[in-house]
Amino acid sequence: MAPSRRCDPHIDFKPVNWGSVVFDFNLFAEAVLGKPLAIGAVITILLSLAVSGVSLAISLGIGALATSHRRSVRWTISSYVWFFRGTPGLLVLLVIWNGLPQLVPAFRAAWFSPFLAAFIALTLIEIAYLSEILRSAYSAIDPGQREGAAALGMSRSQTFFLVILPQAFRVAVPNLINELISLVKSTSLATIISLKELMTVTQFAIATSFQFLEWYGAALVYYLVIVSVLTVLQHRIERRLSRGIASSKSTTTGRPDPVPGTQPS
Amino acid sequence: MTTNQQTAPIVELQKVSKWFGESQVLHDVDLAVADGEKVVVCGPSGSGKSTLIRCINHLEHHQQGRILVDGVELTDQTRRIDTVRREVGMVFQHFNLFPHLTVLENCTLAMRWVRRMRRADADELAMTFLKRVQLSQKAASYPSQLSGGQKQRVAIARALCINPRVMLFDEPTSALDPEMIKEVLDTMVELARDGMTMICVTHELGFAKNIADRVIFMDVGRIVESGPPNSIFSAPTHERTKRFLSQLLH
Repeated sequence: MAPSRRCDPHIDFKPVNWGSVVFDFNLFAEAVLGKPLAIGAVITILLSLAVSGVSLAISLGIGALATSHRRSVRWTISSYVWFFRGTPGLLVLLVIWNGLPQLVPAFRAAWFSPFLAAFIALTLIEIAYLSEILRSAYSAIDPGQREGAAALGMSRSQTFFLVILPQAFRVAVPNLINELISLVKSTSLATIISLKELMTVTQFAIATSFQFLEWYGAALVYYLVIVSVLTVLQHRIERRLSRGIASSKSTTTGRPDPVPGTQPS
Repeated sequence: MTTNQQTAPIVELQKVSKWFGESQVLHDVDLAVADGEKVVVCGPSGSGKSTLIRCINHLEHHQQGRILVDGVELTDQTRRIDTVRREVGMVFQHFNLFPHLTVLENCTLAMRWVRRMRRADADELAMTFLKRVQLSQKAASYPSQLSGGQKQRVAIARALCINPRVMLFDEPTSALDPEMIKEVLDTMVELARDGMTMICVTHELGFAKNIADRVIFMDVGRIVESGPPNSIFSAPTHERTKRFLSQLLH
């Protein structure tokens, strides 16, 4: 395509030439609205949802166990967290995709798809991060809450699900969503094992068209939209969970609080 | 040790000892509280008075001796602990209300999940207790929207909701601003007049004189002196009690 001779930077869906910059807005619009990226985005979203759902469910339990008084339990969990926080996501992906079939013959079958491999790898990593977030959220809850529930005759599991978890969740939500946003972007690593998510589709398109910026820009639009949705969701959830908390930070009186574990006001 | 022998004691401690690590915080404490009796426990900080009443519903574990509540001995068995906790209501210094639940939900949580009551029944019963502490108009509020005195009255209503036979008060007015202490004490006096068995750790001597059948003075994990409020406050026999009372009155 011949660049326009005009140098004014106004946008008119023709190849525009700003000095030496050429950007084909038609192609960009086609890429954003076209089918390949949309399908890639669906895979990205499905992978993110599956990983976050499963890892969150597991981490709720692991985060609670991390405050166990049994040293072996705490040690096991902290080693797990240490290992998967210390290993690059790319390496975990490659080990699961290439290494696992080498180790376990069952994984050499066709059902072991890139999607499944990416799901396993990212879930293993997410559990490490989410359980760490939840561990600190659980420990932020005033020990008096447990005692209050215990004094009412509530069992440990009732206390956990009805008293501790709702409060810990409120504390954890900003960090959890933050982690989720980072997960959405981490799914792009799965391009290395040829999962046809957003980035893989983008690179395929570039390989045939050599129009880098148009396709990168289109992929960027998708990521930004997904993250924007999550941000809106975060505000909604935070507002919902902060009922009863927003009007006052302290749950006790205005007096300085000498009880350990509660914040001095 | 003065024990009220007219009826079988509802709470009985026999030679109860407890250690926090190396330091012994309770030394062979004997105590029997009769049904309907009001006992005020006082003493300097670190005397073990809070630990003592926290042992009665097993928020703290005692290591030696026996604790019986309504004939049930407290052991480490979870089922026994739960049985005892249903007979014993507790009010804490820092209220320990659940901030994510409304006042009404705070009161009904245990009724619905421990007593397995239907929601409508639980709500109705909770409202009668909230009326009793004069806070029925705050049923839909969250704890953070209440004053300290109101929070403590809600905590009292919440404890009453499980229909306890004994109420434990662990310094219920110590975290309150002075102008809010009275409303909480009034609620407690009313409860006492209704015949509730009460064990209160408090420094409110006026309250003790007004309602206590017996005052117990503790120091370094031992019951030093025990008797009716008049004799303890006007004629303490023990040197440690005299010193403590003189400090409290000045």
